[in-house]
Amino acid sequence: MARMKFLCDAERCIECNACVTACKNEHEVPWGVNRRRVVTLDDGVPGEKSISVACMHCSDAPCQAVCPVDCFYTTEDGVVLHDKDMCIGCGYCFYACPFGAPQYPQQGAFGSRGKMDKCTFCAGGPEPDNSAEELEKYGRNRLAEGKLPLCAEMCSTKALLAGDGDVVSDLFRNRVVRREGRPEVWGWNTAYKD
Amino acid sequence: MLLAIFLLPMTGYISTGFATADEQAQHTNPRADYWRQVRDNTNGYSAVKGRETNELIQGSGETWRQLRNGPVALIGSGLLIFTLAVLTVFYVWRGKVELTHPRTGKTIERWTLNERRLHWVTAGLFVILTVTGLSLLYGRAVLIPLFGHHGFAAYADLAKWFHNILGPLFMIGLILMIVNWASLNLFNRIDLEWFKQYGGMVGDSHPSAEKLNAGEKLFFWCLVFAGIFLCLSGLVLDFPNFNQERELIQLSHLIHVVTAIGLIAFSLGHIYIATIGTEGALEGMVTGQVDTAWAEQHHDLWAKEVMNKEPDSH
Repeated sequence: MARMKFLCDAERCIECNACVTACKNEHEVPWGVNRRRVVTLDDGVPGEKSISVACMHCSDAPCQAVCPVDCFYTTEDGVVLHDKDMCIGCGYCFYACPFGAPQYPQQGAFGSRGKMDKCTFCAGGPEPDNSAEELEKYGRNRLAEGKLPLCAEMCSTKALLAGDGDVVSDLFRNRVVRREGRPEVWGWNTAYKD
Repeated sequence: MLLAIFLLPMTGYISTGFATADEQAQHTNPRADYWRQVRDNTNGYSAVKGRETNELIQGSGETWRQLRNGPVALIGSGLLIFTLAVLTVFYVWRGKVELTHPRTGKTIERWTLNERRLHWVTAGLFVILTVTGLSLLYGRAVLIPLFGHHGFAAYADLAKWFHNILGPLFMIGLILMIVNWASLNLFNRIDLEWFKQYGGMVGDSHPSAEKLNAGEKLFFWCLVFAGIFLCLSGLVLDFPNFNQERELIQLSHLIHVVTAIGLIAFSLGHIYIATIGTEGALEGMVTGQVDTAWAEQHHDLWAKEVMNKEPDSH
């Protein structure tokens, strides 16, 4: 069985934020929540690098380990999903996650948290595939339609890769080999070398 | 010969090592540099605005997870079970501390109505906060097997809500207790003697005590100091609308759990002594009145003082 993985090639990402926008549009993500974001280090100076980051669907997911109501589960494809019917909005998954993936629509006064929302690897939730309830709570289930996550599918520079971890790492390994990358070799002219 | 063995390999270092040393110092591996920046929680730029969205990887969450799920949960449950076991064994061994003299039927006022209201409201809140708080820490292990996932989630939703609403009310109760009772709880020489005789819990001695004995004072100050940490950390957790960062939240959560469990363990002792541990002790906090026989046995100096003031008490 495939184990789904995201990989963002820092030498290709041009910080266009199209992955963020596509995701938000595809899933009708709640107000104030972005399931994916692009972070740029050394912004504006030579050598700046950007990476698109979302839930990384960890094998040993910290969110899953600390959830008081045990609402997370890992699918056969290695995608970490959660059940919004059980989520109590305690915030623990947000405390534990290294990637800042879990977010909460604000519910009521004093910033009290609603049901947690995060990247589903376009795989929906526990409801029947592509049902109206699933669409409402988690967004589209592209995996059930035989498609891969939209953020990676529409990435213009193919910096963001998503899919079976073995295939993704093969793609990336081939790039690295073509770049003949000693660590000092780093930059635009290496990223697209034929 | 020996000299040659040492020196010959070094000639290679002289020719290449010195030549590249300067170059290496200037050209660090940019990929390693980038990764280092990520691991150092360097703040970058992100078009997605929000709390810490410009941070790629935040490593302290894993530490928090290991501490919460590991030692904190384990030692915490161990401490609570140990406390209950010690109290049970103590009760079996010592039994109830009974009145040494028969009741006189005369009573004196120990706690006013307002003091009793303050005690019971705060105590009630404490019990609710204890049950709901422990449910969030141990419910997954203990209650999910009993109620099932959905049943527990429905309860946990309510528990979280009550915990967040009642927490600040408990804080108000605690502040009122500090204002009203701090002066009664100052330690003095009499308390030292009380501790030396284990407060009469062990053996048949009856150390002198004022209105509050040294054990009660000790519990009070534990409540005050643990309570301050408990309330401050609780406020950080309860109001996420001030954009506090995750490291502060994680630290607050650990402080909250550790002080709470310590205080719960101490409270079990307080509840034991005041109910099944001592005959006549609960009456003071329920009716406000205690029998003079009880007062003279447990709080002799206070009893003398009160009865001198009003010779014909009730």
